[in-house]
Amino acid sequence: MSRTEERIETGTGSRPTMTVVPVRHWGQWITAAALVVVLAGFASTLVTNENYRWDVVGQYLFSSRILTGLWHTIELTAISMIAGIILGVLVAIMRESTNPVFSKIAWLYIWFFRGTPLFVQLLFWGYIAALYPNISLGIPFTDAEFWSVEMRDLMTPWLAAILGLSLNEGAYMAEIVRGGLSSIDQGQREAGQAIGMSRARILRRIILPQAMRVILPPTGNNVISMLKTTSVVSVVAFPELLYSAQLIYAVNYLTIPLLIVASIWYLLVTTTLTIGQHSLEKHFGQGHTTSARSSGGVLRNVMRLQRRGTPPEADIATEKAHG
Amino acid sequence: MNNTLPMVRLESVHKSFGSLEVLKGIDLVMEREKVTCLIGPSGSGKSTLLRCINHIERINSGRIFVDNDLVGYTERGGKFYEMKERDTIRQRQQIGMVFQGFNLFPHMTVEQNIMEGPVGILKVPLAEARADAHRLLTRVGLAEKATAYPNQLSGGQKQRVAIARALAMKPKVMLFDEPTSALDPELVGEVLEVMRDLAASGMTMIVVTHEIAFARDVGDHVVFMDDGRIVEQGAPSEVLSRPSHARTQAFLRGVLLESAPTAAVTEMS
Ligand SMILES: Nc1ncnc2c1ncn2[C@@H]1O[C@H](COP(=O)(O)OP(=O)(O)O)[C@@H](O)[C@H]1O
Ligand SMILES: [Mg+2]
Repeated sequence: MSRTEERIETGTGSRPTMTVVPVRHWGQWITAAALVVVLAGFASTLVTNENYRWDVVGQYLFSSRILTGLWHTIELTAISMIAGIILGVLVAIMRESTNPVFSKIAWLYIWFFRGTPLFVQLLFWGYIAALYPNISLGIPFTDAEFWSVEMRDLMTPWLAAILGLSLNEGAYMAEIVRGGLSSIDQGQREAGQAIGMSRARILRRIILPQAMRVILPPTGNNVISMLKTTSVVSVVAFPELLYSAQLIYAVNYLTIPLLIVASIWYLLVTTTLTIGQHSLEKHFGQGHTTSARSSGGVLRNVMRLQRRGTPPEADIATEKAHG
Repeated sequence: MNNTLPMVRLESVHKSFGSLEVLKGIDLVMEREKVTCLIGPSGSGKSTLLRCINHIERINSGRIFVDNDLVGYTERGGKFYEMKERDTIRQRQQIGMVFQGFNLFPHMTVEQNIMEGPVGILKVPLAEARADAHRLLTRVGLAEKATAYPNQLSGGQKQRVAIARALAMKPKVMLFDEPTSALDPELVGEVLEVMRDLAASGMTMIVVTHEIAFARDVGDHVVFMDDGRIVEQGAPSEVLSRPSHARTQAFLRGVLLESAPTAAVTEMS
């Protein structure tokens, strides 16, 4: 039986079978064919065009300087993201606080760090020694001083990069977390209160786990975006992945192959992160099977495509088994 | 020792939201092991009254006692000091509450919903809490739903789980805020049945409801509220059958008219 002419049994067999001919989308097929031809042409240039210098790509892909850069990129992403998330949760809670000082400070923080370019913020941290040559611990407005350090020694490129990225990320995370917290029905808080839970416990056990469902997808996107944003820290001369590649081609002029090397690594890590994001979202979707499934990312759709042919009940059964 | 004293006592309780006065001086006594039904038109302050009893809302003046314990404040030298959260929490644990919208925790299974309080707050050992949860689930007729998530339950089942969750804290008194108002008519019965059993077991209950039949059959005392005040109260046979105030009469006529079609359907099936 061909794919286009499926025979469909109607009724109990007493009626004659029908031959159904689906609408044929000729225009779509022609466009698709044209695209495939263009892509194939481009793919062949990847092989035939010698300017790509795949030999150089292979030579540098696992070179120690590139791998160190890659490690720095992952380290920066992880630390800044974790710090950003912690900051974001704190600032979001401050923002919702009934204490006006807390909520104003939170507002000011978000206003400043979202309102100025990360590039500029990084430069500030990099050049902060010009603003504050020394920092010291003492009693304000007096000469008493217990501890003091020169800013030049303190503010390494690494610290400037971490501070810049974390504080910037914190401002964005605060808004994401706030959106998540406010998406939870007030009745949830009251139900917690009614059984005698403390406010902190309600937040930790009831509100945050549910807010996670709303918070996670944009956070996942932010992690992936952070991975690439770390390349901006070259302005404070910190050798992450891209800057390491730049340092190499500044000497040997093999610009394109080294950019390809960097891109391959970025793609590899983002792909890994996307897979991790998917399984986290699934975990926090518990008890929300239907909505969790409809709000899936690209990867989830891919996986659903692969499972085509299995009836929808099987789909639900697997999710229940995880529950 | 205080077994002759009322379970809940309100003394000239006032409550305002901004300039809107919602409770305008409530004096009320609710006896132990009795079912007090609170009826009245929407917006008359019934929910607010319940929420003041477990201090989810703060009152502006007056006093509320639960089991002879002043709710939310300590009185010293003629002044009222607001309690620390720790003490408020301890009081709330003695007061169960069931909401119109169930408010189950959707990210937890039925069993986890019920065990959250005992395990997380009372530090009951896990095995004991689970056995307790299953006993309660059997009691509300949902033994087989222990590992289901709330979104896999019907409204009536959700409300029965919510009752089990409140009972798991072994409260002295249970507050019900229109527990059947969000349910499809055919699911109301199963929830009322559970509440009936609970009343028969001697639980002190305060029930805000529009189910006049329930108030008549199960209630020991009926309180009619309107516009932040208690208009009339007494035995169900008095208040529901021979209301003395025009406002009570008008309200009951309205409620009976509204529920008449439902009653007809129930009779037919
Ligand atoms: N949190 C709140 N803020 C402001 N007004 C409120 C709040 N809760 C209740 N009210 C108002 O108080 C009045 C009584 O409400 P409620 O106690 O819910 O009445 P009932 O339960 O009898 O319908 C209503 O006018 C309502 O709008
Ligand atoms: Mg109400």
